[in-house]
Amino acid sequence: MATSPLSGSEPIEQTTEEVSSPWAGIIYDALMAADIRQCTYVPDAGHAVLINKMRASPNVKATVLTTEEEGIAIAAGAWAGGDRSVLLMQSSGVGNCINMLSLIANCRMPLLTIVTMRGEWAEFNPWQSAMGRATPEAFAIMGVQVVRVDSIDELEDAISSAATMAFDSDQAIAVLLSQKMLGRKEWVKQ
Amino acid sequence: MSDLELDRRLAVARLLGDRESLLVVTGLGSTSYDAFAAGDHDANFYLWGAMGGAALFGLGTALAKPDRPVAAITGDGEQLMGLGGLATIAVSGARNLSVVVLDNGHFGETGGQLSHSGMGVDLSNVAAATGFPIVKVVRTMAELDEARAIIGQVDTGPHFILVKIANGPMPRALPVRDGVFIKNRFRAHLGLAPN
Repeated sequence: MATSPLSGSEPIEQTTEEVSSPWAGIIYDALMAADIRQCTYVPDAGHAVLINKMRASPNVKATVLTTEEEGIAIAAGAWAGGDRSVLLMQSSGVGNCINMLSLIANCRMPLLTIVTMRGEWAEFNPWQSAMGRATPEAFAIMGVQVVRVDSIDELEDAISSAATMAFDSDQAIAVLLSQKMLGRKEWVKQ
Repeated sequence: MSDLELDRRLAVARLLGDRESLLVVTGLGSTSYDAFAAGDHDANFYLWGAMGGAALFGLGTALAKPDRPVAAITGDGEQLMGLGGLATIAVSGARNLSVVVLDNGHFGETGGQLSHSGMGVDLSNVAAATGFPIVKVVRTMAELDEARAIIGQVDTGPHFILVKIANGPMPRALPVRDGVFIKNRFRAHLGLAPN
């Protein structure tokens, strides 16, 4: 028998970040309301709380990826099998998805991805800037509609409407979470 | 053709004969032709692109339909483009997924150049190293029948099956290329509406 743990089955303790990331709970609730059954992700500090919630959810099969384009192929296969899914990534991984997005375009597959932005506000790491700047256009050239969220007040509606566009209207949608909303990354622990 | 290498069309036809509830996704290139040549089926999802994505597409379907066996059948070249995906599948917990790689050691679609597996990379060792609980190398029709029994299991995977096949041209057998049609046909087979 396999010894690998079943996806989404292990209990995860609440982290202290949870208090400072109320937006993660808003996204989680909106995704559950949209009947999301699979979550794929490349680990990301911005998405850390949401990833923990997804892995702990009894309703969600959560799958860790080695690179973002894997999540595109899994999303297509999930839809073919009847599951709605979400792909969580950071803007630095968007370019990795380009070729695999042809699968979404060619099969007119629904796609919902939520992207934490880097390289656009209070960025410490210059290596994040090029892909951060190119992120909206990288999606656009492959036919993925981009919805940007700058304020936590817009978040629930943005996720909910993006899910409707994806799964009821067969569209590919990327929700970009602005770096300013996510807050500064602490590079030196206080 | 060496006696130690299987004919790919015969091998796939044997794997897909009396397939019952098996769901199949095939990778870009010859494996899509092989599956089509074995008999078109509503539960076949032929990929004509998305190189490196066949096994991961199969993972998404396997997680969505845990009671149905799912086989991703692809070539060594296609799987080599998605090596990281083997790690993702190994830790996914998808017990009903089989990744079946037809290995001729060559990139058959593009002029027959030697592939990494033709130069010594052993994909079955890669799969074993990532932690696939069942890894099987198939060189004979008898071993193929054993592999077929494994593919039908929904509680022992993920499985990795490496089928050593002969290299060389095959008659063309081209399945439908319209992705939207294939998607909706596959979903209808599962009782799902287009959206």
